[in-house]
Amino acid sequence: MTDSILRTERLSKHFGGLRAVDNLSISFERRKVHAILGPNGAGKTTLINLLSGELQPSSGHIYYEGQEITNHTPEKTARIGIGRSYQKTNIFTQFTCLQNCWIGAQTMLRTSMRFFLPASRLRQVRMQAEKALESCGLTEKMNHAASSLSYGEQRQLEIAMMLSTGPELLLLDEPLAGMGSEESTAVVGLLRELAKERTLILIEHDMDAVFAVADTLTVMVNGAELETGSVEQIRSSPEVQDAYLGHRDRTER
Amino acid sequence: MKKTPGPIMLFLLLCIGLLAIFPLVGDDFYTELITKIMILSIFTISLDLLIGFTGLISFGHAAFFGIGAYFLAIFFQDAEQINYWWALTLTLSGTALASLIVGWICIRTSGIYFIMLTLAFAQMFFYFFFESPHFGGDDGIFISSKPDLSIAAEELVDLGNEHHFYYFVLTWMVAVYLFLSMVLRAPFGYILVAIKANEQRVRALGYSTQYYKLVSFVIAGTIAGLAGFLEAAHTSFVTPAYLSWHESGIAIMMVVLGGMGTLFGAVIGTFAVVFLQDLLPAITDHWQIIMGGIVIAIVLFLPNGIAGALYSLHALLNKKGLAKADADD
Amino acid sequence: MDSSFYLIQLLNGIQYGFLLFLVASGLTLIFGIMGIINLAHGSFYMIGAYLGFWFTGLTGNLFTGILLALPVSLGVGYLVERFAISQLYARDHLYQVLLTYGLILIANETQRILWGSDVHSVPIPQTLAGSFQLTGNQAYPVYRLFISISCIVIALGMYWVIQKTRLGMTIRAGASNREMVQILGINVDRLFAVVFSMGVTLAALAGMLSAPVNTVYPGIGDNILIISFVVVVIGGIGSIKGAFIGAMLIGLADTFGKVLLPEMASMVVYALMAAVLIWRPQGLFGRA
Repeated sequence: MTDSILRTERLSKHFGGLRAVDNLSISFERRKVHAILGPNGAGKTTLINLLSGELQPSSGHIYYEGQEITNHTPEKTARIGIGRSYQKTNIFTQFTCLQNCWIGAQTMLRTSMRFFLPASRLRQVRMQAEKALESCGLTEKMNHAASSLSYGEQRQLEIAMMLSTGPELLLLDEPLAGMGSEESTAVVGLLRELAKERTLILIEHDMDAVFAVADTLTVMVNGAELETGSVEQIRSSPEVQDAYLGHRDRTER
Repeated sequence: MKKTPGPIMLFLLLCIGLLAIFPLVGDDFYTELITKIMILSIFTISLDLLIGFTGLISFGHAAFFGIGAYFLAIFFQDAEQINYWWALTLTLSGTALASLIVGWICIRTSGIYFIMLTLAFAQMFFYFFFESPHFGGDDGIFISSKPDLSIAAEELVDLGNEHHFYYFVLTWMVAVYLFLSMVLRAPFGYILVAIKANEQRVRALGYSTQYYKLVSFVIAGTIAGLAGFLEAAHTSFVTPAYLSWHESGIAIMMVVLGGMGTLFGAVIGTFAVVFLQDLLPAITDHWQIIMGGIVIAIVLFLPNGIAGALYSLHALLNKKGLAKADADD
Repeated sequence: MDSSFYLIQLLNGIQYGFLLFLVASGLTLIFGIMGIINLAHGSFYMIGAYLGFWFTGLTGNLFTGILLALPVSLGVGYLVERFAISQLYARDHLYQVLLTYGLILIANETQRILWGSDVHSVPIPQTLAGSFQLTGNQAYPVYRLFISISCIVIALGMYWVIQKTRLGMTIRAGASNREMVQILGINVDRLFAVVFSMGVTLAALAGMLSAPVNTVYPGIGDNILIISFVVVVIGGIGSIKGAFIGAMLIGLADTFGKVLLPEMASMVVYALMAAVLIWRPQGLFGRA
């Protein structure tokens, strides 16, 4: 029996008449990298938003570690160990890199409703924030304002922020989008590293990267699940090729 | 999370020093005026906590100033002796409760709705005091005596004495400044500043931002109540005009002119605006036009206020740029 | 107090609601389409009232007074949009509040310079001076009915413009999705100028129409401003339908509040607003 950490059951999200996510039942395994593929508009980001609590589903259920979290708010979802990164860089641009991660690391306090001692004295928080920056290769930029970073570095900071809360499960929405090849390689390496201790759910358009890191793939079309399987299964599935990977592979064959 | 640079800190200490010696050398009219300004500064500092640090644009903050003043007036208007400690405790708990209730409702909204809702609540309180025959109505309430600040029957400060009152208020102003600086350096303050920058992201990181905003609102409301209490004790008189939406508007103007997000900027802004209100009428009867022009000029040319200009000046002199100054933190 | 007394209060409430609608509809469109908090909206009501008073005095007739005052209001609105409001489109709400607050100070003081601090009354035109006798001792003035009917005509005209014309289509698109207007390649500058000038002219017209009933006095714009905000927020920002329902609710609540709860009449509308927003934080017809 597989060890599932997160599971959706007949999950749907409708926007008016549009079924952005349609009757999706997927099980995500612990300590695996599960990539979600699909053409634009397939509902991938909507799915991530449902899982992270930023959208409320129209119907269906979400279970995390066996507990129902269907109607959790984003903050509650984050608190139980589900971190996410955004497709569109979503950082505190006026803050330094360290401060960006500090906010995340401060979640280790039971509550931040603490009014007296300076936050800068919290050494554990500082260490966790620095660790998150280090793993994303931003140690040198620690005290630089986030707005002064290059686009690729901001993408890395996006991931560092997610890591700073110490999540168990990572929802990554196109972490490689807009990165140069060198940065991409570094981030793919980072994803591999992260996958050793955590569960990753990944949306990514860079096929090489996906095939390099993913254990399991789910292909979505029009909000619904088309097929789920290993890299090999998906690569060789004629349906998937028709619907998504395009006719390129077939004509080549 | 921004550290105040050394030279600016020095400048502030110098200002405090000047304020401390002023009553000894200045004339009584200005001693009285500065007392009033410092009381208003306590009020505008608290508004800066909302506008400049939490990103909550309250357009009804004067309500809590007024409620604080009315608490003293309603409960102690005929008292022969007002126990300062008891009156202060009552006032602060009263305004804290009022801001908790108002905040709880307003926090659920954001943007324009928040601005309008805070305004509407302020108007509601305004009319409550304005129309109610039990609380003095339009005429306001006179308070027959000054609070008696004693410990173990020993009078510490004679609040009836203008100079004593001046130093009493100065102490309170510095205390409020230090208190809020402390709160903003604490984990709580970090979250507030992050909420102002990008609330949705703070939620996604795992914080129930509503509670942080509410607590900020209550702290600000309570401090505004303190300022109202001091004003009522100072003038021995309260009027519904304290709660008028014009007061809230002017307070926003003070905070922005001074430079929001700095705390001390609010004090500078308050001094600047009150002095203008004092000086301009001497030039022309229609000085409000100049005032309006100044407000518009601030928006167009000085959006970061006087404090912002100080920071830029400091950065310019340092040639190292602001980023470095931030990074030292 | 018999039923005709309540009928009169009902008519008064509706008439007040119509006037509020004129002011609030412009305000809600300026919010919804331009994303601007216009605190100076009440000042245009005041400008309208004073211009109406002034031109009526010059020409001796309210109708010609209004006809002359309307284009002047439109012109003032256009100039204010071009020189002040247009600086605010990319700015935070805070600066919008502040700048338009500055405009209020200037408008109030200009009014004092031009017309002084006295209360002025504007005569009701002869043709509308009478009243309908409802019962032995209850009468309803013709002029108040005239206000309501004028507002209905204007509201229908607005409905026609918004539903049937190209400009209206743009306005509807802009109110429901501001970015869409930009994407569609509509001349945003011109649209904003039109919406703002028309919006404030409606407020000015409301000021002119109500001048004979309410007299004209300094600060007349302040009260109507706050109440109009209440209307807009209750109705939901950007919603004309919401502004209409909100205006009627507030008009009736205020009128009956004064009759039934005279000690706390002014509080009633704010309490109503708080109640609506606790129930629906986006207002009755606001989008989430």
